Amino acid sequence: MLGYIGRRILFAIPIAFGVSVVCFSLVYLAPGDPLQTILPSDATAEMVAQIKQAYGLDRPLPVQFLLWLGHVLTGDFGMSISTRRPVILEVTGALSNTFMLTSFAVPLAFIVGYTMGAIAGCFPGRAIDRVVTGASVVGVSLPNYWLGIVLVIVFAVELMALPATGMGPKGSAEFSFFRWSDAQYLVQPVVTLSMIPVGIISRTTRAAVSEVLNQDFVTTLRAKGLGEFAVIRHVLKNSAPQVLAVMGLQFGYLMGGSILVETVFTWPGSGFMLSKAIINRDIPVLQGTILFLAMIFVATNLVVDLLQSVIDPRIRRS
Amino acid sequence: MNPPNRSFRRAALACAFAPLLAWSAPPQTHAESVVTVAMTAGDIPNTTGNPDQGFEGFRFVGYNLYDSLALWDLSRSDKPSDIKPGLATSWEVDPNNHRRWIFHLRQGVKWHDGCPFTAEDVLWNLARVTDQKAPQFYTLQMALSRSYTTNFESAEKVDDNTVAITTKVAESLFPYSMSYLLMVSRCRAEALKYDWGAYAEHPSGTGPYKFDRMVAHERLELLPNKDYWDPKRVAKHDRLILLPMPEAATRTAALLTGQVNFVEAPSPDAIPRLKSAGMQIVTNQYPHNWPYILNFVRGPMTDIRVRRAANYALNRSEFVELLGGMAMEEYATMPPGTPYYGHPVRYEFNQDKAKALLKEAGCMPCKIVLAISTSGSGQMQPLPMNELVKSQLEEVGFQVEFKVMDWNSLIEVGRSGVVKYPEIDGYNGSRALLDPLSALIKPVWKLHWSPAGANWGHFYDPEIEELVGQILNDFDAETRLEKLTKLHELENDRALMIWVVHDLNPRALSPKLHGFVQAQNWFQDLTPISVDP
Repeated sequence: MLGYIGRRILFAIPIAFGVSVVCFSLVYLAPGDPLQTILPSDATAEMVAQIKQAYGLDRPLPVQFLLWLGHVLTGDFGMSISTRRPVILEVTGALSNTFMLTSFAVPLAFIVGYTMGAIAGCFPGRAIDRVVTGASVVGVSLPNYWLGIVLVIVFAVELMALPATGMGPKGSAEFSFFRWSDAQYLVQPVVTLSMIPVGIISRTTRAAVSEVLNQDFVTTLRAKGLGEFAVIRHVLKNSAPQVLAVMGLQFGYLMGGSILVETVFTWPGSGFMLSKAIINRDIPVLQGTILFLAMIFVATNLVVDLLQSVIDPRIRRS
Repeated sequence: MNPPNRSFRRAALACAFAPLLAWSAPPQTHAESVVTVAMTAGDIPNTTGNPDQGFEGFRFVGYNLYDSLALWDLSRSDKPSDIKPGLATSWEVDPNNHRRWIFHLRQGVKWHDGCPFTAEDVLWNLARVTDQKAPQFYTLQMALSRSYTTNFESAEKVDDNTVAITTKVAESLFPYSMSYLLMVSRCRAEALKYDWGAYAEHPSGTGPYKFDRMVAHERLELLPNKDYWDPKRVAKHDRLILLPMPEAATRTAALLTGQVNFVEAPSPDAIPRLKSAGMQIVTNQYPHNWPYILNFVRGPMTDIRVRRAANYALNRSEFVELLGGMAMEEYATMPPGTPYYGHPVRYEFNQDKAKALLKEAGCMPCKIVLAISTSGSGQMQPLPMNELVKSQLEEVGFQVEFKVMDWNSLIEVGRSGVVKYPEIDGYNGSRALLDPLSALIKPVWKLHWSPAGANWGHFYDPEIEELVGQILNDFDAETRLEKLTKLHELENDRALMIWVVHDLNPRALSPKLHGFVQAQNWFQDLTPISVDP
C-alpha cells in the first residue's frame, strides 16, 4: 500500500509542473497587461517599460517562469501585483473561505445526491425513479448564478430571512460557524453551490446502482435467499467505486470555488479571487491559486483511489 | 409594484418557508450610525496613498484618508466642481519663472498619527513617487501617480510654510495635477521602516476619516477624524464601511435587505424596484463621456465628412431610453454647464445629412472597425449600447465590424495607440473629464501622441496645436477660460470623436440617509451624511 501511495505522489510532480507550464503560457497568450491595475490608462510606453522592469516582467518568459518555479520550490509564491500582499496569504485565505462553503456543500451534495441516486437505481422505471431523475436533470441544468439570484430575491429581499451577500457582519476575519449571525451567511451559497453536484452524483449513483443490480451475482444472491435489504447493501458496495470517483471530482470542483456563485454572494473565496486575478492579469496570484487547486485535485484523486482500493481490493491487485 | 400583491406574496412566501424563518434572524444591525457603501470595485482600493481601482478608489479611499495640496470642491450639486485649497491654502506661479509654482501650506494640520504636517512632508511625498534613489520611493505609488507627475521636475522648501515646485515646461493648469497627488504620513512610514505592506494596514493621512480596520478584499472601516482641519467636513456619522461588490444585482439586493445603505451604480432596470422600496435615487451630470476615440492616421475616419456623418447618424434619445433615463445626450466632449462648454456644433440626429456626407466622402458602404469591451469602469452597458450604435450607423451607410474584447485588452489597445492597431478605426472608451488638461488637451496635443500619451489616434491640427500652446502659457484664469472654450468648440467642429452619451451616475441610498449632495464630479463627499436610527 505504501508503495502505491508513493507512486501516486511521484505522479503528482509532473502533473503539477505541467499545470504550471500550461497556466503560465495561457496567461501570457491572453491579450492584456498584467500591470493594468496599477498603470494609468494613459501610461506612456516609457513608463510601462520602467514599471515592467521594476516588477521583473521585462525578462523573457521562460526566464520569468523558471524564476517563479525556483521561488515556489522554496515556498515563496511571490507577491500579488495588484495588492502587493504575499500570494501565499492571498491563496490560503481565499481557499480557507471556500473550504467553509465546501465543508457544508460537500456533505449536503453527497448525502442528498447519493440517497436520491440509490433510491432511483433500486427502483428503475418506477415513479420514484422518474421523479428523482427529473430532479437531477433540473439540478444539473439550473445555472447556479441564476439560482443564487433567485434565492437572494426570495429569502433575502422578500422574506428578509437571510442576508443577501458577504461573509458575516464583520467579514471573514471574525467569522464563526457557531454564531447564527455569521452562519446564516453560509446558507444560500451552500445550497446554490451544492445543486449541480447533487444532480451529478444522483445521476451517477442511479446509473451505477441499476447497472450492478443487473449483474449475475445479484441474481445469485437472491437465488441463495438473501433478503432484499442485504442484496441492496451488496449492490451499493459494488457501485461505490464508480460513485466515489465522481464524488472526488466534485469535491475538487467545489474546492475550486465557483466564480459565479462567489461573485453573486460576494463570498471571498478562491473562485472570486481567481476571477479578479484573471481580470487584473495578476499572474502571481493566478499561478499560485491554480497550482494549489491542481494539488488539491491530485490529493483528492489520491484519496479517492485509496478509498476505492480499500472498498474493492481487486483495484489494488490490478 | 402593487402593494397589496406584494404583501400577499410576502405572506405566502412566509407561510411556505415558515420552518426556515423560525430558525433565522434578520441581519445584524448596528447601534452606531454607520454609512455602509457597496462599491462597484472588485477589491478594496489600495491604502498607501494614491489608490488603484480608478477614480472610485480616489472617491472612497483616497480622498477620505488623505488630502492633496489642492482638493475638489464637492459641496454643491448645481454647478461643476473645481479645485479649491487643500493642504495648500493658496498657490501662484512665480511671476519671474512660469515653470515655478509657489504653494502656501496650511498651518496646524496634523496627521492621523499626531505628527504635524510640514513643508518637509510635501517634499518627502514628492520624492516618494519621483526619486528612485529616495529611501521612501515606492514603485507602486510611482505608477499610480505618474500621470500627475509627468511635468514635475523638482521641489524645494522656501520656508516652513511654503514650498516651490518647478515643472519641466510651463503649464498653467499644473495645480490640477497636484489635486491628484495624495500626501501620506512620513512619521508613520518611518516608524514602519518603509514597509509599505504594513503601511497599507496602518495608513495615516490628514483626511476626514481615519483608518479603523480592514479585512483584505472584503471591507474597509473608517472612523471620522474629529480633529479634521476643515470643521465643516467632520463626518456626521460614526463609521464608514466600504464593501467591494462588483455584481450590480448583489448591490441591489444588499441595499434592499439593509446590509448596506449606499449603493454605487445600480443597474437601470433595478431602479424602479429600488424606488418602489422607498430608496432614494440620486443622479447628476458629471464630467464623463462615452465616445469613440478615432483613428486619424488611416481609414475612413481621417475624413472629417465621415466623422461628422457618424455623429449625425446617432439618435441619442434612444440611448437615453435604453438606459432608463440614466444618461444624457452627448453632442460634445464636455457636458453642458461646463465653464468652457461654449457653443459647440450640435450634431442632431439627421440621417439625410449623414448619408449625404458619406456620399460626398465617397465612402458607401463605409466599412469601419470599432474595438469595444464587454464591461469596464465607466463603460455603462457596453454591449447593448454598442449594438444600438452599430444599427444606427448602418442605417445611413456604414458597415460596422466590432472587435469585442475584455476591458483589460481594450485598455491595452488604448495605451498602445493607433500605430500598433492601425486596423482599428476607433475604440469605445469612456473618459474622465475632470480637468481641462485631461479632457481637452491631451487627446489633441501632438506631444501626447500614443504611445507617449493620450492622443490615441494621432490627431493633429495646426490651429488647435497653437491654441493648446497659448492655453498652457496663459496664467490669467479669465483669458485662459476663453481659450479653453474656443478649444472645446474647435474640437467639436473637427468631429474629434463620435459622441454618444454622458452618464448620470446613479446612486441608490436608503431613506434613512440624509444630507448627501451629489457633486458634478467623479469624487463625492460622504462627510455630510447623517443616518437615522
